[in-house]
Amino acid sequence: MVPVERDGPVLGVRPYGDRALLVEAGDLAGVAAVREALEAAPLPGQVDLVAAARTVLVVLDRPPADTDGEVLRRLTHHPGRPEEAATVVELEVVFDGPDLTEVGELTGHSVSEVIAAVTSAELTVAFTGFAPGFGYLTGLPGDLRVTRRSTPRTRVPAGAVGLAGSFAGVYPRASPGGWQLIGRTDAVLFDADRRPPALLTPGTRVRFRERP
Amino acid sequence: MLTVLAAGPLATIQDRGRPGWASIGVTRSGAADRPSADLANRLVGNDADAALVEATAGGLRLRAERTVLVAVTGAPAPLDVDGRPAPLDAPLTLRAGAVLTLGMPPVGLRSYVAVRGGVDAAPVLGSRSTDTLSGLGPAALAPGDRLQVGGFACDEPVVDVAPVRRPLVAPVLRILPGPRRDWFDPAAWTALTSGDWLVTADSDRVGLRLSGPELVRQRDDELPSEGLVPGALQVPPDGAPVLFLADHPVTGGYPVLAVVATADLGAAAQLRPGDRLRLRA
Repeated sequence: MVPVERDGPVLGVRPYGDRALLVEAGDLAGVAAVREALEAAPLPGQVDLVAAARTVLVVLDRPPADTDGEVLRRLTHHPGRPEEAATVVELEVVFDGPDLTEVGELTGHSVSEVIAAVTSAELTVAFTGFAPGFGYLTGLPGDLRVTRRSTPRTRVPAGAVGLAGSFAGVYPRASPGGWQLIGRTDAVLFDADRRPPALLTPGTRVRFRERP
Repeated sequence: MLTVLAAGPLATIQDRGRPGWASIGVTRSGAADRPSADLANRLVGNDADAALVEATAGGLRLRAERTVLVAVTGAPAPLDVDGRPAPLDAPLTLRAGAVLTLGMPPVGLRSYVAVRGGVDAAPVLGSRSTDTLSGLGPAALAPGDRLQVGGFACDEPVVDVAPVRRPLVAPVLRILPGPRRDWFDPAAWTALTSGDWLVTADSDRVGLRLSGPELVRQRDDELPSEGLVPGALQVPPDGAPVLFLADHPVTGGYPVLAVVATADLGAAAQLRPGDRLRLRA
């Protein structure tokens, strides 16, 4: 990895075969900055961007050139959209998840305190992955941090709302999963026939609201 | 129209996949051996984007319901039309009622059957590919399915037979450094590029599971998940690398030591459990 001076969000650019480069951005804020800059001004032949916890994968339709590395290292923080322009998605949640009580015990809160903390949090989709339409939501208060279940469930239903580490997430469809389940929503997270197909895309702001 | 009489172990509809959706967790998918799929389309005069059938380990039988032009490429499945041997890598006319049968290829795994006009199916996010990992796209083919022929022909087919390189026994795949090469002991790269690797069971369109020399890591900390590409060679803690193919997950949580060159991904997609391979920088 070639180190760069830290005035922009890019810490370094790693080689990734003959059709991609991996940009090191350090943290979620850096990842968001790199993603926004490359969405606003894509590299020539840029096919896909995969924002993750610390990196952004840039997939190209051609072999990477030296100039790509130079452009990436010089990325600056994109001016960004004004706060009010960011999409806000409200998800109605029934808080009856099988792990809700345990999350309270693990974090030293009552169930109603957990619900209050989750519903008052200003969440943002940091990145996606795991399954089509699954967004990793950041912005939870630090004392809601819980580890994954030691034994994942073989089937988590679609719409299940879970916590793991510093993230919240909603399962777009039934799948195995190890997150601590605190509730469920009827919202359709992913529908390939809808435009856009995913409700949650990187940068989307999310609020959970308790369904009465 | 074509009727599926038998589908073999796995037959799916594939095209060039659905690039551009990785940011919402959708992988590209598409024909695992793309050069072979492209050739099949060219032989029948289709657009490069036309969908075709990817047969796995033969076992596919298709009946033409009207006269159609087809071509079979990829793994050299013994081919016959109504019991008479037919050539691979060449346009074939199937008369209405004729039955095309693909046997088990002696080498290689995936054969491609293109029909002039392309296979029509409902596109999902712009592609007719079956993504076996996420379940997007048409269902895997089953006996009794009827494949509609689309309007994706462009040129008059002009090639009679195409010279092709057959899948090799024990191929050598070229590799390039992956993003986490520095997470491994320098000896790991030597082990990777000098050893014999075996494709183990549990290999599919998602990836090949490999068994071979130990790849010693220099760092034991956990890697936060990061993006994957086809050809990425990821090394989980058990040391058995996974070489990802078309239906790879969008992200993975283990370090990627190396990446197979794009030009050799088709050869990788022809490997089956029990096959051996080598990797060369």
